[in-house]
Amino acid sequence: MQSNAALEYDYSLAKKFTFLTILFGFLGMLVGTIIAAQLAFPELNYLLGEYGTFSRLRPIHTNTVIFGFTVSGVFATWFYFGQRVLKVSIAESRFLMVLGNIQFWLYFLGALAATVSLLLGISASKEYAQYEWPFDIVVVLVWVLWGINMMGLIGIRREKALYISVWYYLACFLGIAMLYLFNNMEIPTYFTSGGLGNPLHSVSMYAGTNDALVQWWYGHNAVAFGFTVPIVGMIYYFLPKESGQAIYSYKLSLLSFWGLMFVYLWAGSHHLLWSTVPDWMQTMGSAFSVVLILPSWGSAINMLLTMKGEWNQLTENPLIKFMVLASTFYMLSTIEGPIQAIKSVNAIAHFTDWIPGHVHDGVLGWVAFMIMASIFHMAPRMFKKELYSKKLMEAQFWLQTTAVVLYFTSMWIAGITQGMMWRAVDEYGNLMYSFIDTVTVLHPYYTIRALSGVMYLTGFIMFAYNIYKTMVAGKELSQEPQFRTPMA
Amino acid sequence: MFHWLEKNPFFFASAISIVISFAGLIEIVPNFSKAARPLVDLKPRTVLELAGKEVYKKDNCIACHSQLIRPFKSETDRYGKYSLSGEYAYDRPFLWGSKRTGPDLHRVGNYRTTDWHEAHMKNPSKIVPGSIMPAYKHQFTNVADIETAYAEAVTVRNVFHTPYGPEFKSGKAAWEAHKPKVLADAKKIADEMQDEGVKKMVAEGKVPEIVALIAYLNSLK
Repeated sequence: MQSNAALEYDYSLAKKFTFLTILFGFLGMLVGTIIAAQLAFPELNYLLGEYGTFSRLRPIHTNTVIFGFTVSGVFATWFYFGQRVLKVSIAESRFLMVLGNIQFWLYFLGALAATVSLLLGISASKEYAQYEWPFDIVVVLVWVLWGINMMGLIGIRREKALYISVWYYLACFLGIAMLYLFNNMEIPTYFTSGGLGNPLHSVSMYAGTNDALVQWWYGHNAVAFGFTVPIVGMIYYFLPKESGQAIYSYKLSLLSFWGLMFVYLWAGSHHLLWSTVPDWMQTMGSAFSVVLILPSWGSAINMLLTMKGEWNQLTENPLIKFMVLASTFYMLSTIEGPIQAIKSVNAIAHFTDWIPGHVHDGVLGWVAFMIMASIFHMAPRMFKKELYSKKLMEAQFWLQTTAVVLYFTSMWIAGITQGMMWRAVDEYGNLMYSFIDTVTVLHPYYTIRALSGVMYLTGFIMFAYNIYKTMVAGKELSQEPQFRTPMA
Repeated sequence: MFHWLEKNPFFFASAISIVISFAGLIEIVPNFSKAARPLVDLKPRTVLELAGKEVYKKDNCIACHSQLIRPFKSETDRYGKYSLSGEYAYDRPFLWGSKRTGPDLHRVGNYRTTDWHEAHMKNPSKIVPGSIMPAYKHQFTNVADIETAYAEAVTVRNVFHTPYGPEFKSGKAAWEAHKPKVLADAKKIADEMQDEGVKKMVAEGKVPEIVALIAYLNSLK
């Protein structure tokens, strides 16, 4: 990493997407906390009439954190480090600037409209692919605009070799494009029935078992290429930049990258174990899930070893703490997933709360931590101000870490309890519990989970406040900090 | 080779595209036509049932209920025969779900009745003490979109040759001709219900969401 004194980068787009990351992060986590509380206290379902039930709100939570929070985070970081690793300012091309702004507004307005559509119950009902066809078109447009922008910036780059983070972002773009297109193939019924009914309605191109296969090939890998690939890209850029350490091993990076690319997509069918898809697909999904540990842990270990000899930074710099904990949660999450993908474990785990538990140690502990750490790193460089409060960061770190631990431990217990109760039989071989017994028993765990949601959300508000105060009241920086982010 | 790729973005991107497309090609494509086959006597859903499926999607029942009975004794004892691929052949989209906060519904039509659903959707915890399911009272007043359901039947007949009869034609006239049948089906359900408002709406030629939903749930067998 060379000094970049000669180049003045343009952060206007990175700033805009940073604001969206914070906005959508807050909204997504707020709705998540509400629906978590609804499971513990069902009376909360009636705050908004028809529009406030758990079932209506849940897709808003998932889609807002995926396509709102995470994707804005990916865009924000791309418009920040993309320029820096390619050694070119985006302002050098008017075309790319205009394109980036169109992307921003289309994305912002599209996301708002899509959220309202879900609130109204306009839904294709495929998980994480609920948006009806007009909103799908907006998503595709935004994505293509981003793709053109990325390719364009790569096209006018000065640094010829692509840095690892760029590999991951390229893969994110290509992977999501492929998955989203195929899974959302649908036929608007209005145009094929001579103008009958609701123009927004569509039917899926695939039916039954095939639809399930395509959906979980998508659903699993939207996680792969949205929650893993770009986040690994982020840590490959921000950890060395923050710590001043070079990446531990190039070979390990290569192995992890290409391994992840090849292996990840096969694992989708582990969402369909014991279903009506053929056995060989289920076995393949199981086996590849276990193999997936290698590239996942490869990246995480590469990150941890990057800190070799510099572990003292962990005590001095809360930003390093966020990133190291993020890679640790990544390791936890990527060992837990393969365990759940083993057929006999899956027989108990599937359909239970262990699954949301698994998802959340990944997204709260890994994805959100890494995105917040990235913003903490970018903010002083974008706004040329010192971070407002180190103390607040420390408090946020411990509050949110406790929240994540409460979340996944309570859901582990809830999930395994439920899975075991569903199959428990008495001495005569009759089922021991009626279904409702397996619901009421979960009340304490649902309460703990709701509490952890409140804690995590509070931490996120502290984060947003810290960034806001940095912008308006941070101490001016005379020059860009080279490595460690200055904080008051 | 890797160093060369890293300096040539076009080939780099092409390499990624090739590497990530294997899984889908090998896992999904070969079995596609076999997995699309229906069971021998499988009938597509009626227009009223399709409208009910839309209510199921709109209120997102899939967030808490699965429609997939796995081949374990504990599941077949609780829910009935395990699910077969051919049963889903006309389901667009599939509605297996991924979470059972509530019980599986794939064969709920075998053991729950119209009046049970009616009372349950109005006040779940009265019927099942301890239930955390919200009441869906708005389904008793919202009108189901049966025209869109008909449009869906026509679409899947035209595009996927789902075996709906020749009377399922495009256009307003064909819909107007079919509509009385939908209303007759709705009346059968409403007759088994207690709610006076629902009966009144059906008599006026409007189908409340709850009627369509119950028709759909009853068809899950």
